Amino acid sequence: MDAIINWYNDLMSHEIWFYLIHTLLKLVLMFAVILAFVVLSVWIERRVAGWIQDRPGPNRAGIPLFLLQRFGSKEKQPLKNWLHFFGIPETSWIARLCTWLRLDREFPCWGLIQPCLDGGKLFLKQETTPSYVRKFYFILAPMLVLGPPMVAAAVIPFASEVNTCYGHISMCVANLDIGPLWIFAISGLSVYGLTLAGWSSNSKFPFLGGLRATAQLISYEVAMGLSVIPLLMMFGTLNLQQIVQFQADNGWTLLPLWGEGLSWQRWAMMLPLGISFIVFVTCVFAEANRTPFDMAECETDLVAGYHAEYSSMKFASFFMGEYAAMVIGSAVVVTLFLGGWSIGFGADAALAAYSEWLAVLCQLCMFIVKLLAFIVFFVWVRWTLPRFRWDQVMKLGWLYFLEIAVANIFLTAAVLYFVK
Amino acid sequence: MSYIKIKRPKFSLLDKVYVVELVKGLVITMRHLVLSLLGKSRGKKDFSTKGVGVCMQFPDERWDSRLPEYYRGAPTLVRGEDGRERCVSCQLCEFICPARAITITPGEVDPTSSCQKQEKAPAKFEIDMLRCIYCGMCQEACPEQAIFLSKEYLITLTDRKQAIRDKETLYRLGGTRKGLVNKWNQYK
Repeated sequence: MDAIINWYNDLMSHEIWFYLIHTLLKLVLMFAVILAFVVLSVWIERRVAGWIQDRPGPNRAGIPLFLLQRFGSKEKQPLKNWLHFFGIPETSWIARLCTWLRLDREFPCWGLIQPCLDGGKLFLKQETTPSYVRKFYFILAPMLVLGPPMVAAAVIPFASEVNTCYGHISMCVANLDIGPLWIFAISGLSVYGLTLAGWSSNSKFPFLGGLRATAQLISYEVAMGLSVIPLLMMFGTLNLQQIVQFQADNGWTLLPLWGEGLSWQRWAMMLPLGISFIVFVTCVFAEANRTPFDMAECETDLVAGYHAEYSSMKFASFFMGEYAAMVIGSAVVVTLFLGGWSIGFGADAALAAYSEWLAVLCQLCMFIVKLLAFIVFFVWVRWTLPRFRWDQVMKLGWLYFLEIAVANIFLTAAVLYFVK
Repeated sequence: MSYIKIKRPKFSLLDKVYVVELVKGLVITMRHLVLSLLGKSRGKKDFSTKGVGVCMQFPDERWDSRLPEYYRGAPTLVRGEDGRERCVSCQLCEFICPARAITITPGEVDPTSSCQKQEKAPAKFEIDMLRCIYCGMCQEACPEQAIFLSKEYLITLTDRKQAIRDKETLYRLGGTRKGLVNKWNQYK
């Protein structure tokens, strides 16, 4: 036992091994969280869509408890069996609560199993590759769509920093000094996936969809990059971990209610920051190819857009890529504008003084809650707004947002110069 | 005829900025979301269903009791009130059926039947329920009021052969109908 502990100590005190191990752990955590969120956001999308349209959405698929019968239980209703086992009377409030939660039939999980089943179905579906496609690029394209959002997530901090006895851990996979630039650069790559898919399908409508995706993503990338510059001017850093730390100490970008955030200078900054929030969020919608900007797969014009020729898991990976882009987009907005992992109101410092690990855990939960809230907002907007017309999208991007973003930079500079 | 010019709404600057209108739209959808989660969606009372939204949880709750008179379900053959099979095998329904679901083999009239005035009677009458589109053309075309659409809508099959309904099944499902067709009456 001592030998194992000693070996562990030796391993962890070695700087490179320590770095490798904790980076790997964070990587796995980040990956798991994102993939879980991709699945979850599909479910959220369908449920929220249902509620908005006055219907329940997918609420049926659950863990079928009748399968348990195979493993010994002869009772038809597993709940009864379970209650008997623990000696709980069937009229008690626990039993009634379980019945209310529909545990007596099968475990429905509010339909949470649905996306998993859909994934399984898509995995098992027959895969047809049309004879006229360009095979290499046809296969490459879904990978290029799914990959970049995952890679872009590397710089997003999901909790603050921890000092362990072996060294210092910053709770983001890669604590780069070029955070936002990395995200823009990498997530911009996913347009290659869409373009290649459209082109290699060798068919009219996917081609148009691919073209639209390219034009739209490039147009909005410009406004998106310009709209964060006011933020960076205020924070004075490109390191996302430091940006979030600043927000934890001095109030979130859009909610400066504690620390230095209570000064009137900071509130004067709210005007340019608000503008840049609106521009940035709209651009994130456009980048993630979400309604009202889902021109690339606008079925009224283009059948299914760039993935019309795809089937089975290749189609699913386009789908997952789209949702992954949505998750990452939400994460970036949360990190830049809504305080990232910070709990707010000075609670971060207080918690960290009590226990750093507890603080990290709470911050991770906070980050996930914020992320979920913003994903719900994404979905909410999708089921509120109709799709824009193509020329409107281009006009909005080039004629309004670009100008607004550039003007906003000067406005921020002026505010910073005269106020601070 | 003069042109009538439709009045298009004029957008103010506030509308064109879009942000306020967006928020209004978001409020509308959020109201729907909250009301449906609370189980108070509009029209819920008339519908008297349980759960979220105005939606019938199908296998648990069913439409059966509130199907309208004119509901078009599976087609069936009916007998007259005297127990005579009304179908005279004219094949009009077969010809009009857009999905070609009906197949009739005409035969001789059953000598034990109460009415011997018709020329033919169906020896076989088959409807393929996988082809049927429930359009009701057969009912409309039938000069003898012999084929009617029932209110049966839940047809679950485990085999393609089960989908083909023969004469006996169709008569069993259809039952008897009163009145209407009098042209084969003995007084005429």
